[in-house]
Amino acid sequence: MAADAAAPTRRDALAAGVGLAASVWVRPAVARESLAAAVAAFAAGTPVREGKVAIEVAPLVENGNTVPIKVTVDSPMTAESHVQTIAIFNERNPLAEVATLHLGPRAGRANVSLRIRLADSQKLVAVARLSDGSLWSSTAEVTVTIAGCVEN
Amino acid sequence: MATRTLITVPPSARRGDVIEIRTLIGHPMEPGFRADTQGRQLARDIIRRFVCIYGGETVFRAELSPAIAANPFIAFHTVAQDSGTLIFLWEGDNGFSHSESVTLTVM
Repeated sequence: MAADAAAPTRRDALAAGVGLAASVWVRPAVARESLAAAVAAFAAGTPVREGKVAIEVAPLVENGNTVPIKVTVDSPMTAESHVQTIAIFNERNPLAEVATLHLGPRAGRANVSLRIRLADSQKLVAVARLSDGSLWSSTAEVTVTIAGCVEN
Repeated sequence: MATRTLITVPPSARRGDVIEIRTLIGHPMEPGFRADTQGRQLARDIIRRFVCIYGGETVFRAELSPAIAANPFIAFHTVAQDSGTLIFLWEGDNGFSHSESVTLTVM
């Protein structure tokens, strides 16, 4: 039997199917910026040092739909020396951002609590910009049993 | 549907005290990544901004993303300076806007 070169073969169809599946499933992962890129965009060239910031979050979370977290920055919170911004990023949600918090000397204490969603077990990074322009960060690893964000 | 909020501010504080303010607002925070039972993607509908104004000055501001859980809970601190009104403002997609005010007595 003479094979028609133009007709799609079973192999072509399979390859196309695999390609289609890949494009459907890989898209969210490709579209989102990486954790490192998100932190670098926030830092805008300023070096980010480890320290001063603490993330309080349970290491094992049962439900990713609502995860309490608390971010504390070691700062006197005076007019001369205070936290200006705290940015929280994640590693594996559909978007890298969690929240950007703007504080000032009127905050009195750099301590903010939120409830967030986590789509998977992943790393969280909080970066604090102080009034002197320096950037400090902290990382927390969270294991999630039931994913939030994407599923119901 | 009326928007429900829960705001916890101490009824009174001494001047210079750091007080904790806890806020909760009823909102689905639809992240825009989920599908309904027909497989159609649900449009994003989230609260994007939260502001707390105390004595005419912004003391705390937050930009939120879909990674914030439904019924956003935000707790932060401020220094009790003068008796006055704290205004809380939430703004989001589809023209969502809600504000609340609470009176704080500073002794």
